[in-house]
Amino acid sequence: MMQRIYDWIDERVDITPLWRDIADHEVPEHVNPAHHFSAFVYCFGGLTFFVTVIQVLSGMFLTMYYVPDIENAWKSVYYLQTEVAHGQIVRGMHHWGASVVIVMLFLHTLRVFFQGAYKKPRELNWMVGVMIFFVMLGLGLTGYLLPWDNKAYFATQVTLEIAEGVPFIGEATKTLLAGDAEIVGAQTLTRFFAIHVFFLPAALFLLMGIHFIMIRKQGISGPL
Amino acid sequence: MKKGKGMQFVGDSRITADKQKFIPKDYSEYPGRTEAFWPNFLLKEWLVGAVFLVGFLCLTLAHPAPLEKMADPTDAAYIPLPDWYFLFLYQFLKYEFASGPYFVLGAIVAPGLAFGGLLLAPFLDKGPNRRPVNRPIATGLMLLGIISVFWLTYEAAEHVNWEEKAENNKPVLQPEVEIDTESAGYAVFENSCMQCHGDQLQGGGAAPSLIGIDYSVEELKDIAKNGIRTMPAGQFKGSEEELQQLAEFIVSVNEQVK
Repeated sequence: MMQRIYDWIDERVDITPLWRDIADHEVPEHVNPAHHFSAFVYCFGGLTFFVTVIQVLSGMFLTMYYVPDIENAWKSVYYLQTEVAHGQIVRGMHHWGASVVIVMLFLHTLRVFFQGAYKKPRELNWMVGVMIFFVMLGLGLTGYLLPWDNKAYFATQVTLEIAEGVPFIGEATKTLLAGDAEIVGAQTLTRFFAIHVFFLPAALFLLMGIHFIMIRKQGISGPL
Repeated sequence: MKKGKGMQFVGDSRITADKQKFIPKDYSEYPGRTEAFWPNFLLKEWLVGAVFLVGFLCLTLAHPAPLEKMADPTDAAYIPLPDWYFLFLYQFLKYEFASGPYFVLGAIVAPGLAFGGLLLAPFLDKGPNRRPVNRPIATGLMLLGIISVFWLTYEAAEHVNWEEKAENNKPVLQPEVEIDTESAGYAVFENSCMQCHGDQLQGGGAAPSLIGIDYSVEELKDIAKNGIRTMPAGQFKGSEEELQQLAEFIVSVNEQVK
């Protein structure tokens, strides 16, 4: 049955080449932990992607309850944490995932760095990867404010003060992020929410797409 | 694929009518013991992913995500801390050579050099060698970077009493109460208690909220005169009649919550 559905679609839109690009390839011996256990270091990139998927899914469910408004943000998180069925687990996954994804990205970066896998012809992919790292840190920074509790508020205030200290563009940057030159408040929360939920994920998906297409084009780097 | 004259298409599309069979590449084309990604290797990846997910869920269940008190911009006593992966930068900016007049050096130049170097690593380390021992400068700089990040994070986290911080900032949902500011008891409250406990009995940096406490009139009279825990004695200044009014007022507010 599945095969007939596949054939029916394939006859009309020719999906086989697409499918072959994504899944039809050989996994070389030196990255396969079944053959060399030390090849587990190649798992970190995949685990980063896996945690990113967890983050996207849990984040989508969190927005079903979260209210980005200074009166209700904290209350909505408190409600989610104490009243909603499994709300504590979903929020816990998003909270811990944010830390685990940084750890996995860090390990993946170290693997690529120490193996010299960023050398020609993979320079571009390394740079895209470093940009993914920055975007991920930005997601952590903006997501930290959203529960609107004391640690969120004061940490954001410190961050914005540091941004303000940058010469020439500092004050404009602060105003852009916080929505006001002085106040960290209602505008700041909605802006951080928009950045966290729309702007940075869009950048992340674009960069991840480029990252993966380049991996498939170039293949994985050879053994040392 | 057959191209040019005689090629058949599906309808008026560009999709070829010639059905190409799905033929995986010959294993002999690859060196070493290769394995097909689909489905063999992917299945193993999913197994690893499942084990990882179980561990991750155990972490989530064992340690619920923390939530502190609702943000209070007037809380001057609160010591701000960033999330753990920014602690190293936060600590770095505390040092004399990276703060005050050298702020630009600490906040822009040093991190800019470090992250810029990371971004441009392939162009700085151009040699053909890939083994870490054969490119000592790149390896050395990276190790130095890792050690400093770990050390700075440790320095920042060491001085913080995390348990006390969490204890002092437990989340409390402030119940909605109506406070009769016209009552005689509120007038007494204004004189003796408001400075620390706030105009809506909500508490402040130095004193807890008086809403949702479970004391009798007699106990409240005693606390107002003799203090409790960090509250010193002799805070209440007034007559016995006023003391009675004050205690009854606080009890009446708390009865709304029950």
